[in-house]
Amino acid sequence: MAPRPGFILNVDKSYPGTLFWHGEGFRLEKLPEGSRVIYPPEPIDALADPIAEISDALDNPVGDSKPLDALLFRGMKLTIAFDDVSLPLPQMESPDIRSLIIEEVLERAARAGVTDVELIAALALHRRMTEAELRHAVGDRVYDAFYPRGLLKQHDAEDRTNLEFIGTTEIGEEVEISKRAATSDLIIYVNINLVSMDGGHKSVATGLSSYRSLRHHHNVKTMVHSRSFMDRHNSELHSSNWRMGKVIKDAGIKIFQIETTLNNNTFPDQFAFLQKREWEWSFKDRATFLATSKSLKATPPWLARSIFHSVRSPYGLTSIQAGEVEAVHERTLENVYKQQLVRVQGQSDILTMGLPFVGPYNVNSIMNPILVYCLGLGYFFNMYKNKPLVRKGGVLIMSHPARNEFDPVFHPSYIDFYENVLSESTDPKVIEEKFEEQYATDPWYIHLYRTGNAYHGVHPFYMWYWGAHALDHLGAVIILGGDPKVAKRLGFMAASTMNDALEMASHYVGSSPTLTHLHTPPLFMSEVE
Amino acid sequence: MISEKLDGKTFFITGSTGFLGTALAERILSNFEGAKLVLLIRAGRRSSPWDRAKREIIKNDAFDPLRERLGTAFDEYIEGHVTAVAGDVSSRNLGLDEDGLRLLGQCDYVIHSAATVSFDSPLTQAVAVNLLGPTNVGDAIKAAAVVVGKDPAETHFIAVSTSYVAGYRRGLAPERILRNTPFSPMPSFESEIDFTNRLKADVEIKSRSIEALVDFEKKARKELGAVGGPLLAQKLEKLRNDWVEQQLIDLGIARAKSLGWPDAYTFTKSLGEEALVENHGSDLSISIVRPSIIESSKSYPYPGWIKGFRMAEPIIISYARGLLKEFPGVPEGIIDVIPVDQVTGAIIAVAAKEAPIPSDDPPVYQVASGSVNPLRYKVLVDLVREWFLQNPLYDSEGQPIAVPEWNFPGRGRVQKQLTKLSNNLEFVDGILSLVPLRGKRAEIVTDLEEKKEAVDRALSYVELYGSYAETEAIFDVSNLIELFESLDEADQRILDFDPRTIDWSSFVSDVHLPSVVKHARVKTTAEKKTTNNRSEKTTSQILSDRFRVAAFDLENTIIASNVVDAYAWFATKDLPVSKKALFALALAAEGPSLVTLDKRDRGDFLRNFYRRYSKADINHLSSQSYELFNAYLLKKAFPKAIERVRRHRQLGHKTVLITGALDFVIEPIAPLFDEIVACTMTTDSRGRLTGNLSSTPPTGEARALLISEFASKYDVPVQECVAYADSSSDLPMLEIVGYPVAVNPEPRLLQIAKRRGWVVENWERQAGHSKLMLPIGRER
Repeated sequence: MAPRPGFILNVDKSYPGTLFWHGEGFRLEKLPEGSRVIYPPEPIDALADPIAEISDALDNPVGDSKPLDALLFRGMKLTIAFDDVSLPLPQMESPDIRSLIIEEVLERAARAGVTDVELIAALALHRRMTEAELRHAVGDRVYDAFYPRGLLKQHDAEDRTNLEFIGTTEIGEEVEISKRAATSDLIIYVNINLVSMDGGHKSVATGLSSYRSLRHHHNVKTMVHSRSFMDRHNSELHSSNWRMGKVIKDAGIKIFQIETTLNNNTFPDQFAFLQKREWEWSFKDRATFLATSKSLKATPPWLARSIFHSVRSPYGLTSIQAGEVEAVHERTLENVYKQQLVRVQGQSDILTMGLPFVGPYNVNSIMNPILVYCLGLGYFFNMYKNKPLVRKGGVLIMSHPARNEFDPVFHPSYIDFYENVLSESTDPKVIEEKFEEQYATDPWYIHLYRTGNAYHGVHPFYMWYWGAHALDHLGAVIILGGDPKVAKRLGFMAASTMNDALEMASHYVGSSPTLTHLHTPPLFMSEVE
Repeated sequence: MISEKLDGKTFFITGSTGFLGTALAERILSNFEGAKLVLLIRAGRRSSPWDRAKREIIKNDAFDPLRERLGTAFDEYIEGHVTAVAGDVSSRNLGLDEDGLRLLGQCDYVIHSAATVSFDSPLTQAVAVNLLGPTNVGDAIKAAAVVVGKDPAETHFIAVSTSYVAGYRRGLAPERILRNTPFSPMPSFESEIDFTNRLKADVEIKSRSIEALVDFEKKARKELGAVGGPLLAQKLEKLRNDWVEQQLIDLGIARAKSLGWPDAYTFTKSLGEEALVENHGSDLSISIVRPSIIESSKSYPYPGWIKGFRMAEPIIISYARGLLKEFPGVPEGIIDVIPVDQVTGAIIAVAAKEAPIPSDDPPVYQVASGSVNPLRYKVLVDLVREWFLQNPLYDSEGQPIAVPEWNFPGRGRVQKQLTKLSNNLEFVDGILSLVPLRGKRAEIVTDLEEKKEAVDRALSYVELYGSYAETEAIFDVSNLIELFESLDEADQRILDFDPRTIDWSSFVSDVHLPSVVKHARVKTTAEKKTTNNRSEKTTSQILSDRFRVAAFDLENTIIASNVVDAYAWFATKDLPVSKKALFALALAAEGPSLVTLDKRDRGDFLRNFYRRYSKADINHLSSQSYELFNAYLLKKAFPKAIERVRRHRQLGHKTVLITGALDFVIEPIAPLFDEIVACTMTTDSRGRLTGNLSSTPPTGEARALLISEFASKYDVPVQECVAYADSSSDLPMLEIVGYPVAVNPEPRLLQIAKRRGWVVENWERQAGHSKLMLPIGRER
């Protein structure tokens, strides 16, 4: 049976209730009659033989590019960059698709007699990966061969000696990337496109760059004008990256881009109920749901968190394309949309969503209040083409415990951002002007970023800018089941029940609002007519 | 008219800084403009007698009405009427030089009101002041008479004593000196003086015995922990002195009781009268005035005036706070209280009377109320209770405190109850002191400590003052009444010392209690205390842009971890899983002995513990320290502490980490600070650690020294430096700086910090992780 496309359900009396992610747990909520629930398409079939497909893609590049073998030569300087731990979510079952591609690339390089090879995790200002995470991404064989010899590195955007200024775009944006990459004869970039924001010129221009470069597009103005940043052709964030991509290309830096797309088979069997439509739950699904929710309630959050973070996702590869960056990315987008796009008629007054335990920036860690904000108002809100699911001035109700919990190792500057910045203002513009530079240049944060596993000091600001468009658009935000103090600090309200939340929302959208629920997981994107 | 009699006369007053003395000075100055005063005042270390007189007497609110009446002329009036001379009643000739003696010789009246009124002063002090004081004054009067060439009997010497010299005697206590009453025999005051001195020597010797010194050291250690030599020695000596004093207090009470007085005060006062009459009765003109319990004034200088917190006040406040649930006493017993202005009025009247002829039976005037206008114990208690029901005090939560009902139990029962409660609290406290508690949890211990203190205080009131509520002597006031009635109506109105005119109900409710509550600075409104203003103020001073050096301890001040954790982490890192658990168990088994060593001397502990690193490869450990930091230590760090360090740096302050941890362990956190002082270890020729430290570990006093060094390096006084630490072993460092901050203090330090008003910070680990984190390094 062919996988079914996305589906929009109108809630009536017989509707059994809908499942909301709620951090490291779930809520079953009854939505008012007449609400619509958007269900994602079912997972499309994975490619049967990924290794053969990889080989095929490397031999048959798209766009203006020779096959990979023709680009490799003895004595060349080769750099392989790859996406970091923020992709995919959760981490995929072994082998990670990156490790398969990297092994194939290395084999071909070896055949061509290439000896000067370095691998770089394209972190930008993300945290350095732990040994286990690196091993997972590149595979044990590659790790053991390269890491001990210092040839598997993590990009260090604060190592002035290893950054190269490439030039400026026609509107003055500075382009600075890894010196090793910039001075290589070829950069091979290995990407995973989980959502449509990833990939394209953003891979190198962002992933291997520094704060000097990033600040030109990671700012409030750009984010407010990216509608949405998930829609490449209507995203100012991407326009900037594409301008930078041109500067890199014009400087003679050669990039062989390899992009992959995955289906949305996000959870293994024991969590199968998460991806099913509630009225189709089997007896087993019901039983596992009840057992899971009940046992989660008795589990301390830190333990539940470590259980969830150990989940490995059975994602299947749906496409791989290699070659020239722009041509590759256009094809990638088509493949992403094939899995993720759902057509929706019109906006509603209220948008509801359940936020999970993980986002791109808290793999193996805590989803702190700022990341809760970013996942809801940054990621989920922006998963649209054309126009948002909720009307201007409408209300967003997102479900998450939003506890005042932070990871002092991964997110040290977030703690201070929450205590000292958000307590003064939640306005992205004010925050950017008043505090960004101080956090971006703080020596202690830089020390932790370079030697530990900390996100760069400026990272929480980017998270806040990510939601700038939603903040601009929405009339109110309510955190269902959230800590009231945390909600207040974020500038929002908290409600303990859905009825309370709807009651609160009625002050903004009247007493008989239209409501749309984004039913995740898995992730999907709405095209709103 | 008394004012005519006193015109041009001069009073010499001892004890004028006291409650009665100040009242007397004010009364004379404001009612009798023709009279002048010479005040005998102990010179302070830095202030002249005149400065002290101004500060402690003239500035007192007793003078407010006079100050208001005279306006700008007040200062001139005082300077023209008051002279202060340096001296001390326990010295020979009052410590007066010839000029002083001349001044004394020119006086017409000498009023000796200096006494140690505290009922629990050590016997030696009570003897020096109360017993010998009157005789010393008499000696000085004679010496002064020689200097100015007059008959010493021309000076009228009025000695202030107490009605309670009657002691435990029952029935009417007459206005005569004791030796002339049927109650005697009196002990010989000479032998009491002699034996008191020998007792003191004995106690001093005992306090220096080996057993006693060992015991003091144990106590000093228990209280301060491993603070190092000098501080410990200081504490030990203080404990020894306190012990000597307490012994002398106990000996005083015991000796007094054996002879029929409730305490050393009344006992030495009695002997003081005796010695005075014996030494000077035959050639000085002496009157003795014996007030009962002096309380706030009825009318002069204004109703309710009081100086200092006296005997009944703390009892009343303890009761109003609900602490003192019962107080012994006989319901129909008499509480002999007298307002201070009646006493001053009586003294002036005695002075204005013709000076008596020298005699060994000098006139005695008891200023008391019991025999003519008795205040019954039950009446007093009911008045107090009624008043506090109407005007309750409030607890810190803003809730009114309900006062308990008193049942008039016997003293023994109350004492037993309180002793039992005190012992129970001590037991719980003892148990808790064995458990390591910090920060907010440590407050349980300090709360308990405070409660115990309150109970002990209540107990001491009962022990000290219990007998006053049970006194069955009734003080005859015939002489006083006769004196009063001999005055004309105008003088009676001015001096107003007839105890029969006191309306107790209105005195207690309208005058005394409002005054007591006002002086006690207790909470009388329901406002809730929201912030600790003082602490906030200090914190904002600490974080001002004024240049400072801020020193931080590491363990439990910045990171909830210790040197043992770091060692365990390194040691388990390369062990197979099965052995990790064994290792952890073995180390845990060592725990108690390690803790004991650490408590005794932190430096020794570190030296000893670090031997375990012997033969370890420093490069290997160094490379792992970043992983230790990120995988373990940083998770156990207090974000607020890290933020505080950074805050200091942003303000341009210099930050210093002073830690007993090894330098390679703390390398990852080093960039947080401007300067680091840590332990370093020597290496052998193969680059392996020897287990020996290359210099003294920075602990105890060494830390104080380091701070002074950094202060001078950065050219800033130590008073401008800040120190953050968690344990009493850091006391030397905390004490030397101007801004000590106790971070997550253990109970001992919390107690010290609270007493000294230091800032206390409770910094916690970031929420979101398991509370329990084992220092076990993971493989790979």
